[in-house]
Amino acid sequence: MSARQSYEPVIGVEIHVQLATATKMFCGCELSFGDPANTHTCPVCLGHPGALPVTNARAVELAILAGHALGCTIAPRSTFHRKNYFYPDLPKAYQISQYDEPVCLGGEFVALTPGGELRVGITRAHLEEDAAKLVHAGPGGRRAGAESSIVDFNRGGTPLLEIVTEPDLHSAEDAVTFFKQLRLTLRQLGVSDCNMEEGSMRADANVSVRPVGSQELGVKTELKNMNSFRFLERAMEAEIDRQIAILEGGGKVTQDTLHYDPDSGTLHPLRSKEEAHDYRYLPEPDLVPVVPDPAWVDRLRAALPELPVDRRRRWMAELGITFEDAEVLSESAELATYFEDLAARVDPKAAANWVRGELRAQLRERDEEPWESRATPERLAGLLELLDARTINVPAAKEVLAELIERGGDAVAIVEAKGLGQITDESELDELVARLIADNPEQAQQLRDGKEKVLGFFVGQAMKATEGRADPKRVGELVRDRAGV
Amino acid sequence: MTEPLWELTAERAIGLIGGGELSAEELTAAFADRAGNDPWAAFLAIDREGALERARRIDAATERPPLAGVPIGIKDVLSTRDLVTTAGSRILEGFRPVYTATCVERVEEAGAVVLGKTNMDEFAMGSSTENSGYGPSRNPWDPDRVPGGSSGGSAACVAARQVPWSLGSDTGGSIRQPAALCGIVGMKPTYGAVSRYGLIAFASSLDQVGPLARTVRDTALLLSHIVGHDPMDSTSLEWREPIVLPDAERVDGLRVGYVEELMGEGVQVGVRTSVRAALDRIEDLGGTLTPVSLPNTEHGLATYYLIAPAECSANLARFDAIRFGAAPPEAGGLVEQYERARGEGFGREVKRRIMLGTFALSSGYYDAYYGQAQRVRTLIVRDFARAFEQVDILASPTSPTVAFPLGERTDDPYSMYLADVCTIPVSLAGLPAISIPCGLSEGLPVGLQLTGPAFSENRLLDVAHALEAAIGFDERPEGLR
Ligand SMILES: [Zn+2]
Repeated sequence: MSARQSYEPVIGVEIHVQLATATKMFCGCELSFGDPANTHTCPVCLGHPGALPVTNARAVELAILAGHALGCTIAPRSTFHRKNYFYPDLPKAYQISQYDEPVCLGGEFVALTPGGELRVGITRAHLEEDAAKLVHAGPGGRRAGAESSIVDFNRGGTPLLEIVTEPDLHSAEDAVTFFKQLRLTLRQLGVSDCNMEEGSMRADANVSVRPVGSQELGVKTELKNMNSFRFLERAMEAEIDRQIAILEGGGKVTQDTLHYDPDSGTLHPLRSKEEAHDYRYLPEPDLVPVVPDPAWVDRLRAALPELPVDRRRRWMAELGITFEDAEVLSESAELATYFEDLAARVDPKAAANWVRGELRAQLRERDEEPWESRATPERLAGLLELLDARTINVPAAKEVLAELIERGGDAVAIVEAKGLGQITDESELDELVARLIADNPEQAQQLRDGKEKVLGFFVGQAMKATEGRADPKRVGELVRDRAGV
Repeated sequence: MTEPLWELTAERAIGLIGGGELSAEELTAAFADRAGNDPWAAFLAIDREGALERARRIDAATERPPLAGVPIGIKDVLSTRDLVTTAGSRILEGFRPVYTATCVERVEEAGAVVLGKTNMDEFAMGSSTENSGYGPSRNPWDPDRVPGGSSGGSAACVAARQVPWSLGSDTGGSIRQPAALCGIVGMKPTYGAVSRYGLIAFASSLDQVGPLARTVRDTALLLSHIVGHDPMDSTSLEWREPIVLPDAERVDGLRVGYVEELMGEGVQVGVRTSVRAALDRIEDLGGTLTPVSLPNTEHGLATYYLIAPAECSANLARFDAIRFGAAPPEAGGLVEQYERARGEGFGREVKRRIMLGTFALSSGYYDAYYGQAQRVRTLIVRDFARAFEQVDILASPTSPTVAFPLGERTDDPYSMYLADVCTIPVSLAGLPAISIPCGLSEGLPVGLQLTGPAFSENRLLDVAHALEAAIGFDERPEGLR
């Protein structure tokens, strides 16, 4: 057994998602990404003397939606605290965050894997405000070695939901699976756009390892700065390897906060404000507790759309499509709707193949999405019916699809107009095959000698002669008959 | 009219302006002249030209606003757009806010004319105005004595007839105590009655804006324009019953409880005598008197000096002299920048409270200090609730002493803290209270504090108004005789 196999990683994650509100967490400033610095600010988010925060009701609503999707209990009363620390990205010198009374408590998120289900306990989800953005001027763009730092307060006060999981994940791969499906769920609920590049979804991971079979938790480290799935997986892998190497070498893991450097693929201990440990939490006297109307909370739960995990499960059970198909086709709510519409009209497996394959391939070139294409589910269903009835063959179907995408219309009409219908007259095909064999005696002999590959030559010739309208399968059968194979 | 214009109460001035006998500009000019001569250092800044300009605009308007252009002093803890706002601190020297506090906006919309910003203890921390970063104010009754604090400037300017009324803020007694020491009326409304938006925070769970004036009716009139919910302050309350001008002459059937704990040894004999005499007037007016005990009052000071500093340590953390206020000091790095800006910008008392509060919130100490203080606060709230099962309002001295000499307590923080011993429990309970002058002791004014249940402002004002007439306090500082 290798060292790696004799250890079990234990991973819990903390995920920050930026809530898809129009305005900031505690003031009326618009949320923006990429606007000129310091153009979305006011006395509240700049922490001017005397300014007071007011809780964004929409942020509370989105947090409750997320809580329902995570199977959490929605607290009948939740409160905010001040988390105190001095740093230029924090104009009040405290961050307003929920602390001991968060809005969502104790849930479970189920992610589907090819092998089954991945159940991850949700400890809590709480609301807080984001810090402003520091821009470090100087070589490297890092704080260390910077000549000066400037602050862009546009991001300051952005509403965040921090989701904390139980240490229920046991591989970097599982963590990424969980992460991806959580992201999908939050996006489809409109809770957040979860755009990792823009920083609207960020993850920290607590990683420890223990000998397989052990129930005790090892010393954990906290990994930060993982802003893509790839980095997330690599950083966790690197940390698991690092901890195992330490333990195998007889050493001890120390409880550190580590920063992942994607350039070198290595982890470095973090030296920054994170080292200050005493945040002197204080109940926020400027805000009243969040006490949502229970009827409203129930209405939000009732109005929750089908979650991606439930949809996938249902598709696999009822439509008989594969895990991979289900995964790809539920990537977005729009795509899922498109597929469901199509699958209700034709064989779901064929529907899945065509949407995942040819439709998306052709649309990609035009930079279009299925749900915005002229090839509506209804039109595509018409096409797939023709294919199923063998009225057209696959190459013809692709051509018709291109036409549907280009101009819309009806598949039957396109097939007729373009003369793409397969030759259904058996005698016409038979005559053609007889002529081909007579014209190519050498190849016919090779076929009789057992060279199966030559069959393709005859099918190709037949397709060429009919401009693609022959049924290749039938041609093959006829060639065999005629050649006496 | 032989009486100088600056002798007018706001109510009378509004009547004269309404009757066309006086213009807002004349009135404002008269007060501005008086405020411009300020031996009491009541003001930190006077906006004479701006005030006259606003008064002229009110005179020119077709519709006269309810407050008709009567000048007002604003405690410098309230944010005023484009008008320097320092909260009495050097760290905010020259700071011109970009917005105006809601309560100031409301009085301006009602037609009051902001004449200037009044002096105060730095960040409202103090009971004498000696902690001002710009020098102390003086008591118009005796310039060698303090006017009280922290709204000392707001009290002195009214007592000295530099304005008929002013806005102050009260965290542990900062309106009531200086009102008492300056012989005027001051009211702290129910916590949440007045928006705190634009009130530079000291202790957010205690801070409350309120009026100071020479009469109970002026106090009521000013209060009526500042109460009510503000969408910018989620702790501000919906105010269903409007504040009305009191006109009660008697208080028949009123049950008044005098607080036993606040009528004993810690209170100067002269103050006690004066307050007792005022209590007798209550009986004359048809009320009854009962002794009432608030057993946890003795813990008020200790509780307050944990909660208020804890909140202030967070509230004042934003002052780094980088984004507003005083010019940032030369510093080698970020930490040195913080240390120098705050080390040089804050005064001693502010630093003391930041240190106290930081300690009280520290990990491992939180529960023993801040947590414990919150629990005692709940007990104090219960004391009051129990008292109000027996009586309608509570009476006590506002301050245990009359105005004390400048410098007497500056080196002894604890004796300074004792100045608020009668007012602090009321603040911790979030209740409304009013201080009215009830007599003189050693030639200096004594204040009577009346406290009611939450939202009992109208009743308190009625009682205070009836008592005011019965007491007939018409003394005035020597220089104004
Ligand atoms: Zn803002």
